[in-house]
Amino acid sequence: MQRIGVFICWCGSNIAATVDVKKVAAAALNEPGVVFSADYQYMCSASGQGLVKDAIREKGLTGVVVCSCSPRMHEATFRKAAESCGLNPYMVEIANIREHCSWIHKDVAEGTEKAVILMRAAVAKVNLNQSLVAGKSDVVKRALVIGGGIAGIQTALDIAEAGYEVDIVEKKPTIGGKMAQLDKTFPTLDCSACILTPKMVDAAAHDKIKIYSYSEVESVSGFVGNFTAKIRKKARFVKEDLCTGCGLCTEKCPSRKTPNEFNEGMNTRSAIYIPFAQAVPKYAVIDPAACLHFKTGKCGLCERTCDAKAVDYNQKDETIERKYGAIVVATGYNVIKLDNFGEYGYTENPDVITSLELERIMNAAGPTGGALLRPSDKTHPQKIVFVQCVGSRGQRPCDKPYCSKICCMYTAKHAMLIREKYPDTEVYVFYIDVRTPGKNFEEFYRRAVEQYGVHYVKGQVGKVAENAGKLRVYGSDLLMNEQIVIDADLVVLAAAIEPDESAKKIATMLTTGIDTNNFLTEAHPKLRPVESATAGIFLSGVCQGPKDIPETVSQASAAAVKVIGLLAKDQITCNPCVARSDELLCNGCSSCEKVCPYGAITYIDKEVNDHGKREVRRIASVNEAVCQGCGACTVACPSGAMDLKGFTNKQIMAEVDAICR
Amino acid sequence: MKYSYYPGCTLKTKAKELDVYARKCAEKLGVELTEVDDWQCCGGVYTTSRDEIVTKLSSVRALNNAKERGQSLVTVCSACHNVIKRVNYDMANDAFVNAGANNYLQLATPYNGETKVIHFLELLRDEIGFENVKKAVVNPVKRRISAYYGCLLLRPGNVMAMDDPENPRIMEDFISAIGGTPVVSPYRNECCGAYLAVTDPAVPARHCGYITDSFKAKGAETVITACPLCMYNLKRNSGDLPVVYFSEILAEALGVK
Amino acid sequence: MDLSEQAENIKRISGVDTKKCLRCGKCTASCPNYEDMEYHPHQFVYFIENGYLDRLLKSDAAFRCMTCFACVERCPRDVKPAKLIEAVRLTLVRQKDSNRLKPYDIIENLNADLPQQAIVSAMRKYTK
Repeated sequence: MQRIGVFICWCGSNIAATVDVKKVAAAALNEPGVVFSADYQYMCSASGQGLVKDAIREKGLTGVVVCSCSPRMHEATFRKAAESCGLNPYMVEIANIREHCSWIHKDVAEGTEKAVILMRAAVAKVNLNQSLVAGKSDVVKRALVIGGGIAGIQTALDIAEAGYEVDIVEKKPTIGGKMAQLDKTFPTLDCSACILTPKMVDAAAHDKIKIYSYSEVESVSGFVGNFTAKIRKKARFVKEDLCTGCGLCTEKCPSRKTPNEFNEGMNTRSAIYIPFAQAVPKYAVIDPAACLHFKTGKCGLCERTCDAKAVDYNQKDETIERKYGAIVVATGYNVIKLDNFGEYGYTENPDVITSLELERIMNAAGPTGGALLRPSDKTHPQKIVFVQCVGSRGQRPCDKPYCSKICCMYTAKHAMLIREKYPDTEVYVFYIDVRTPGKNFEEFYRRAVEQYGVHYVKGQVGKVAENAGKLRVYGSDLLMNEQIVIDADLVVLAAAIEPDESAKKIATMLTTGIDTNNFLTEAHPKLRPVESATAGIFLSGVCQGPKDIPETVSQASAAAVKVIGLLAKDQITCNPCVARSDELLCNGCSSCEKVCPYGAITYIDKEVNDHGKREVRRIASVNEAVCQGCGACTVACPSGAMDLKGFTNKQIMAEVDAICR
Repeated sequence: MKYSYYPGCTLKTKAKELDVYARKCAEKLGVELTEVDDWQCCGGVYTTSRDEIVTKLSSVRALNNAKERGQSLVTVCSACHNVIKRVNYDMANDAFVNAGANNYLQLATPYNGETKVIHFLELLRDEIGFENVKKAVVNPVKRRISAYYGCLLLRPGNVMAMDDPENPRIMEDFISAIGGTPVVSPYRNECCGAYLAVTDPAVPARHCGYITDSFKAKGAETVITACPLCMYNLKRNSGDLPVVYFSEILAEALGVK
Repeated sequence: MDLSEQAENIKRISGVDTKKCLRCGKCTASCPNYEDMEYHPHQFVYFIENGYLDRLLKSDAAFRCMTCFACVERCPRDVKPAKLIEAVRLTLVRQKDSNRLKPYDIIENLNADLPQQAIVSAMRKYTK
């Protein structure tokens, strides 16, 4: 028989306001095995923990139930406390009477009744708990960063600087991501490429960093400290070890009609191309969909032009398998498609553009060489209207419910830069709210208004209609309480941003969570913002939520620190709550092996002693270092041989019985 | 192909061309349209309030008649189409309206929005196929034509579900199918002024003014519409730019005019 | 019925939740009959939400709405201002002796081409 102590936490008023904690403590004493109960204002405090420790020592407790918050908060706290006075930590169970009870109930009688039931279930479980000893597993001292934008680059650089190997896998032919496409950055107006490209070069030159560009992660198996990733290196049709990046092939290529992705499709590129001048790695790549050789079997001009003999039309995709201790997701974002925003006429009017397209127009390496010319007739626009919140903060199917966060600031930047360079241009910004929470952000926005004379209009645009060569913008000015009509030459839409389409697939591959908007979910919104809920998987940049460059870089470094903390360990403690097979019940049917997502189950031929009958049987064997304790096998096992330590079938049934009692 | 057909009151009087040519074209295209039994006026406008039950009943009767025949219900007037499709949507999705209407009508089997409502343009696009319409054309209409949608065909987009309410193309595709050149104006889905024509003709005059100016500026030679009220408002304010029903121009193309 | 009850009733029969409004003004920006209306779509939403219904009831703004549904289609928050305007209009015409259109008004404006649809629609909008 166990000697169990039950400890009920008030959590200030979080629990005590809705649960009569004294009643729960009194009820505990009626439960089988319970020899002691107590309530306390903050059980997680040092003195609260002291209460638990004292009771373990003085009452000779063999099991502990703490009725408090979610085990995700303080299970570890109380298990450590128990361990410090000699009790096996797995003899401690948490009954969650906060998230599961007090926070969701208003009525004290109901809340108390439910808290008693939850306590009773936990006591029933502890009665059947057994001491468990956690094993250890080795840590592979290398990290994988998925995505080579500023987030991935910063994370990789920080990990590498700490002395660990890092691989960056980038699906595009070059690293750099969205930041490479930007012209200037707020709030300092420094050139984006000037501050990004040194980091790109650093990453390429670092002896601890390996860049797999034009590559995608195909699958990931394993667990924290010991992941195995399959990386598919897409065929560039150019040998990386020979290409010098001279670019001669791109000049000779006769197929020049493909929309240039780097310039948001506003000019064209050749079929063999280098994305941009500072691309890293700077190797050419052939787009087979555009290449005449692939389409007709003829041409071959690039092959003949290349002195380095780097062109290889027969190159095939290659799959590489690498082991990693930690994985960082840094898959970034895209601007939403505007097909469903017909009121703004984006698809019909070339002079209705997105802000990212404007970045390219204003950039010296862009389609107009940095001159502000509108796409339709390459004339200088005299009147420009910016529309904020296009697709953000809405509830229609085409809208995103969230604020995209970066648009207010980059629009102020665009407006300011245009007024600086072309003072004869009138600039209007239609806004719902101007959001500038960031260091020097409000001051920046005020400069746009006060120093540069940008017209900020509080209201939204309802329609943009092409009319006699102008774009007639119908907007509202809510402060005037009027509808206003502006005949503009260029309309710039601050389109919402959304996670890259790869995020969903990668989250599934890594068995980590995403929210309804496909942003990856952090383990805790405040206290664990760069960790995912899956051990060993970390988040960096916009894949976790909209953020600007300074915030992305901070988070990228934070993710790196978490990775370094993991890689610094030679071994990590495993979860002892793993599956085990009862060899007398197992009939070797392989059901469990088929459902195991971790490949932890193998079959062995073993001599067993079945009530005096000795025979060799094929039975399931669990590799405890690989098993993650998900429990899939225990459900799949038809003969009930598979069980999960710490969550045995008996324990769970005892909990259910206690709840239904 | 057999369908129930709801012509609507204006199509029997002031907008006879819209109805007559639609029937002729349907026949030419191998479609059999049978008028709904004892149909009544749809009311002209859909009343958006949920407690307006009576004004929705004539639509429910027509819808139920088509249901009993096991046919889809074809409309050709934009206004009737808007009213009937929206009432149908309510009968399927708004328990309050559904309960009120069924309680009043006491039908043998309650009507729950089972009938599919299709506009004649949808009939051409989805049931017959514009490619087959194109094959049936004997006199290609070699004109530059602007389609005027107005509001009723398209909005609310989630209920009408005919086309992108801001950037529609069904009528442009129709124009292409009959051999014309579509002339697209961003004002093709802006309101003509509607029933304010009765009390305050200056309002539709203003709206139709900039709408037809835009059509003219883009080089349209003809405007087509599916709504008798749009037709009335546009015609009075379009100057020398001809406005015709889409069914009439289709009849011309199919050689049945 | 006091004004706040009336406002609640307008919200109920229109099915509009005025609290969803973002105050962006896209409805008014989209309104083709803006210059004809004393109050604009965003004001209908704001007034009913915040207890200024009396102003709407004293105005003929609701009768100037063409119910073209541009505001409904473009509202990023799916507030449906036109449905609210229609409910205000119904609130007015459902009052005793409050028909805004008399048969003889129609005779005055009648002409050979005026379609039945226009008359029927106007009667639906202006009378009970």
